[in-house]
Amino acid sequence: MITRTATIGAPNGLHARPAALFVDAVEESGLDVTISFRGETADAGSLLEVLTLGAEHGDEVELATEDDGAGEALDRLVELLVRGDA
Amino acid sequence: MSAPRALSGLGVSVGFGLGPAVRVRPVPGVDPSEPAAVDAAADGARVREALAAVATRLEARAERADGEGREILLMTAKLATDRGLAKSVDKQLAAGAGMTRAVHDAMEGYVGKLQQLGGYMAQRATDLYDVRDRAISELRGLPEPGVPEMTGPGVVVAHDLAPAETAVLDPSLVLGIVTEVGGPTSHTAILASGLGIPAVVRVAGAGDIAEGEVVALDGGTGEVVVAPSEEQRDAFRLRAERRRAALAGSWGPGRTADGHAVPLLANVGTLADALRAAEQDVEGVGLFRTEFLFLDRQEPPSLDEQTATYTEALRAFGDRRVVIRTLDAGADKPLPFADLGAEENPALGRRGLRLSRAREDLLDTQLAALAAAQSATGADLRVMAPMVATVEEARWFAGRVRAHGLASVGIMIETPASAVRSAHLLDGLDFASIGTNDLTQYTMAADRMQGELADLLSPWQPAVLDMVQMACEGGSTTGAGVGVCGEAAGDPLLALVLVGLGVSSLSMSPNKVAAVRVALGLHPVERCRELAGLALGARTAPEARDLVAGAADPIARELAQA
Repeated sequence: MITRTATIGAPNGLHARPAALFVDAVEESGLDVTISFRGETADAGSLLEVLTLGAEHGDEVELATEDDGAGEALDRLVELLVRGDA
Repeated sequence: MSAPRALSGLGVSVGFGLGPAVRVRPVPGVDPSEPAAVDAAADGARVREALAAVATRLEARAERADGEGREILLMTAKLATDRGLAKSVDKQLAAGAGMTRAVHDAMEGYVGKLQQLGGYMAQRATDLYDVRDRAISELRGLPEPGVPEMTGPGVVVAHDLAPAETAVLDPSLVLGIVTEVGGPTSHTAILASGLGIPAVVRVAGAGDIAEGEVVALDGGTGEVVVAPSEEQRDAFRLRAERRRAALAGSWGPGRTADGHAVPLLANVGTLADALRAAEQDVEGVGLFRTEFLFLDRQEPPSLDEQTATYTEALRAFGDRRVVIRTLDAGADKPLPFADLGAEENPALGRRGLRLSRAREDLLDTQLAALAAAQSATGADLRVMAPMVATVEEARWFAGRVRAHGLASVGIMIETPASAVRSAHLLDGLDFASIGTNDLTQYTMAADRMQGELADLLSPWQPAVLDMVQMACEGGSTTGAGVGVCGEAAGDPLLALVLVGLGVSSLSMSPNKVAAVRVALGLHPVERCRELAGLALGARTAPEARDLVAGAADPIARELAQA
């Protein structure tokens, strides 16, 4: 399993559009990715689960996948969250 | 064909409508007779199919929508096929719930979380409920709930319509609205009248109107006829013709028969409204609500965005006056960036100017944007505050507005306190505008959203007319003009009474201006004063209206009915 941490860059937090674009990117990657925040772990491919985490601007989340070859893909997802202009 | 049935309700948006009923379908609940899940995997697959069907239909609807409506529909479609949702449905099924119960409970889990997060997230709960209701209908083999997509003209018949449902109705297809509940100053009624769709609310028996049955309605009198006879249809049509004839020659500034000027202005609630109104025969804007800039956002609109919006609106009106009301928000329409917390009683809480005093930064940005728009256009801009009750508030607001270099300052008169003491509140101000909807609600202590209290909420209530008179007397002491910008201003008979009470301008939905202009032109100002005297002398609201209707010109009476 590999993990990455990311600080949410979107000014309004992981809401609406940024969340939808992140979930789309997870789906496109074809990976099973989880996103954890404040002790809750959610399926990163589910918009509802991602939204209900309630991560705000500046919060730190952890991404994880069982696929050990997916380091680069995970890095791209981190970048998307950090950039926050999604 | 069934025999004609005459129903009656409250006319809340004038005009005639005649067409087949389009029934708004009720929201289905969990199927009470469904069996518990036997084969959770098969049931899970069926629920996924239902959710996918819902998503496809929402996407198809999004194709035909534009702007914000399209975004909302696409987002809602995305939620329907969410894999987290499908998994939690599976969990419910595995625990033995039936299919509709599983969908219901899975949604409830997410809605609870969204509501805890508050603000923007809490508002998404509505979208989830929409998906839930559509999916449950699909599983139960029932038609989709809500307003069906209309392919031809018709009359929308509902138990009740949410403002969001009303706002997306297409005025080119919706010939009328008939609801079983609702009130005269509910936002749905106001939206319908803004869209120019005739509407009658609180119609007992509306629930029995079948899909496709022909419905005739008169949004002035509140008459509704189901399956009307040829004669009844003709009578409705004839009235419509007469009304058109009476209005045909109506143009130009508002004047009484003896030439006393009463500017006729438009109430607008969005930039698009304002641009539409600017093309019509109105003398300006008497109430420009600015909430649309602030709602459904995480952050307040920037100075630049506000300046651009106000500039575009002011430019459209050239040298005609534009009265802009500063932000009127409160606990009933909370803003994530200006949430002062939940209140027991939002109508009596920190709303309107009270919120501005708690969040001066919001007001200052708004005033700076208005000042910039004014200097860019040289427009006749006037600025007023909502929900003012005391001299201190009025002075504080005037100081703020003038500090930004804006010349004309006024207040809304919506509280009995400001009506009774208007001579003191208006001292040093340029104008006032009576918001009859809120003034009625606060004078009668009757919630304007409460359809059951409709008779208390009539602006013909003698106590409300007394308030208007007092407000005008105060204005005449200080020299501040007192206008009216509530729905009352758009009733041709009541408009005569208001002018007789000393009201100096009338602001209403633009589609009501022509009828009011005709009514004014038929009565000299002295006659308006006599009509006002009759109304003030009445003991009850219906008596006030009857006395005025009996004494006014028959054409004005007929316009008020139609």
